[in-house]
Amino acid sequence: MAKITMREAISQALMEEMDRDPAVFILGEEVGVWGGTYAVTKGFYDKYGPDRIMDTPIAENAIIGAAIGAAMVGQRPIAELMTINFAFSAMDYIVNQAPKLHYMFGGQFQVPMVIRAVGGGGRQLGATHSQTPDAIFAHFPGLKVVSPGTPEDAKGLLKTSIRSNDPVLFIEHATMYQVRGEVPDEEYLIPIGKSKVQREGKDATVVTYSKGLELSLKAADELAREGIEVEVVDLRTLRPLDMEPVLESFRKTNRAVLVEEGWKSYGVGSEVASRIYEEAFDYVDAPIIRVAQKEVPLPYNRTLEQAALPQVPDIVAAVKEVLK
Amino acid sequence: MSETISMPKLGFDMAEGTLVRWVKNEGENVNKGDVLAEIETDKATVEVESSASGVVRKLLVEEGSVVPVGDPIAVVGSADEKIEETPTKVTEPKAEKKTDESKGEELKTESEEERSKKETPKAEATAPAAQAQPAVAPVAQAAASVQEGSVKASPLAKKIARDNKVDLARLQGTGPGGRVVRKDVEAALSSGQSSVVSRQPAGLPSSVVAATREDETIQLTRLRQAIARRMTESTTSVPHFYVTHEYKMDALMAMRKQINEYLGEDEKVSVNDFIIKAVALTLREFPNLNASFAGDKVIRHGAVNVGVAVAVEGGLLTVVNRNTDQQPLRAISSEVKRMVAGAREGKVKPDDIQGSTFSISNMGMFDVENFAAIINPPEAGILAVGSARQVPVVENGEVKVGWRMKVTISVDHRVSDGAEAAQFLQKLAEFLENPVRMLV
Repeated sequence: MAKITMREAISQALMEEMDRDPAVFILGEEVGVWGGTYAVTKGFYDKYGPDRIMDTPIAENAIIGAAIGAAMVGQRPIAELMTINFAFSAMDYIVNQAPKLHYMFGGQFQVPMVIRAVGGGGRQLGATHSQTPDAIFAHFPGLKVVSPGTPEDAKGLLKTSIRSNDPVLFIEHATMYQVRGEVPDEEYLIPIGKSKVQREGKDATVVTYSKGLELSLKAADELAREGIEVEVVDLRTLRPLDMEPVLESFRKTNRAVLVEEGWKSYGVGSEVASRIYEEAFDYVDAPIIRVAQKEVPLPYNRTLEQAALPQVPDIVAAVKEVLK
Repeated sequence: MSETISMPKLGFDMAEGTLVRWVKNEGENVNKGDVLAEIETDKATVEVESSASGVVRKLLVEEGSVVPVGDPIAVVGSADEKIEETPTKVTEPKAEKKTDESKGEELKTESEEERSKKETPKAEATAPAAQAQPAVAPVAQAAASVQEGSVKASPLAKKIARDNKVDLARLQGTGPGGRVVRKDVEAALSSGQSSVVSRQPAGLPSSVVAATREDETIQLTRLRQAIARRMTESTTSVPHFYVTHEYKMDALMAMRKQINEYLGEDEKVSVNDFIIKAVALTLREFPNLNASFAGDKVIRHGAVNVGVAVAVEGGLLTVVNRNTDQQPLRAISSEVKRMVAGAREGKVKPDDIQGSTFSISNMGMFDVENFAAIINPPEAGILAVGSARQVPVVENGEVKVGWRMKVTISVDHRVSDGAEAAQFLQKLAEFLENPVRMLV
């Protein structure tokens, strides 16, 4: 097993799938000659040429619209959004067209498309470029929403997403491209819609995904030094949401902290908490606590930005609170 | 005529009680004296009897509700009788007075919806929720008769308690705000198990070589809390004094042996039965000790109701024998036996534990020479009884073997003085030392 970065894992997934299937192509802003804003597609242009690595105008609705059209006629486009904040410009295509075409046209069309989007805050990009609006997209049936927290999961899930016949929004976190992790040398796929226990424990369950996983695992290390063993469940996919590992863990620990980077209100944690209350009510031994972003537009100032984002000490404190 | 049954007052300091379980459901026939419900107070779980015969027309409170003393809990009437709107003083929000017709309709619809919601999870998939008869709701609740309604407990704690038949109301929660959580129920379960284990023949302590034990924090049960409160109140507000007397028990022991030869195993009279009777007869002559202090007055009680302290799990209860002075020995004996058994099972009737005018605490079975008891307010006195034992005694200048028993009376000094207490004990000797006097 090689230890590689998240960037390399995503890059490998793209390349392997492009090599495997000539219908796969990439379009987006600066993906070609420049090699991608986060350098994920560096070298792709030289290898695959302008027909399969297409630089586009700065027009997100055009990018997604073109991708949908290509997908409907049998291609497998991968549209890159420089940041997920730009998805709002293409909202109609993302939530109202892509997820519904198969349904609206009685199954005549499929939309095998992946939208890769970079989300998350913490890089001082200001309130409009630092958001984590994952829950908004996960609200719509028909759109799969994947957001991995490790290089291994990123590679396996992205390859599965590219092979999916439904549109997939694949959300990468802006501060995680340098995160390293072991990735199998041989080819592998990870199914969409499977949560995973990333760390075992018995005292409390932390449910999270993406950047929250990194923070939660650090919090788990700190808590372990105090003798508290938390189990960390990584959702990996927000839709379809796989609650089984979460419920299984909760039935064991009876206490849960839900960690996400997005705002608390109407968020992923709200959904997971409701599902626990609905499906494991008799196992609840303490109120479930959500750790999430403060309810403000994310500040530019570094200190304020860090204060508004959920941090390791917030998770540690929340775990201790549910264990009271 | 329908009759409203109210939350009874089961002790002079009882302000409210928890309705733990309905024994009768709406629509069931009930005779006067039948057990209608079980109620839990600080002291115990007690059975409430119906004061009327007929059909249970309405149960006004849900299981688990805490109901103030005197508030209506049920209506008993005839089957076809029109029942008035629910009596005015009811704790349930549902019974809010309707302000106008339309609002009344709304309220009704809401509660029906609630009911069908409650029904849905239990109903078969094929049975539309709307078909659920309103009468089904209380039945369904009775089936899940767990005493958890008003107790603050986590869902998990409630489930474990339900599965293991643990009474949540008796536990002290250690969670935030006193919430009962899993570990509280589990602690109760494991301590229950260990007490079972510890009752087995002891032999040698298993841990001769064992290391020291950890400190343990034990939360008080409600009974224990009540005892703590009452005893503190008694010792801090009632000035006690104590007088001890030793009785010759030879005649009584011989008579008891003789009497018991004629009685079956579960009818045998105890030394304590004699003492109860003797105390009652003596109190008849000392009305000032069968009394309660009341500010600038002393209330001398007309009836002599002797309370008997009973050790129960986690504390003690006083069961009450009424008009003891007028009852024959065997009646006292069988009545006290019944009440003691009930108290130990955690089920006593309200009348069994209220209204005593003087108490007896007997530790004779524990080989106790002598001790002093704390008065159970508002009584004016309590008699602490040690073991009847064979000891060397001097009679006519000779050392002989004789049965002796020491008792100590604790008296409220605001009501009485040492001389009266000493005279009481002397008078008691007339009965204890000449037991035949109790039988005539």
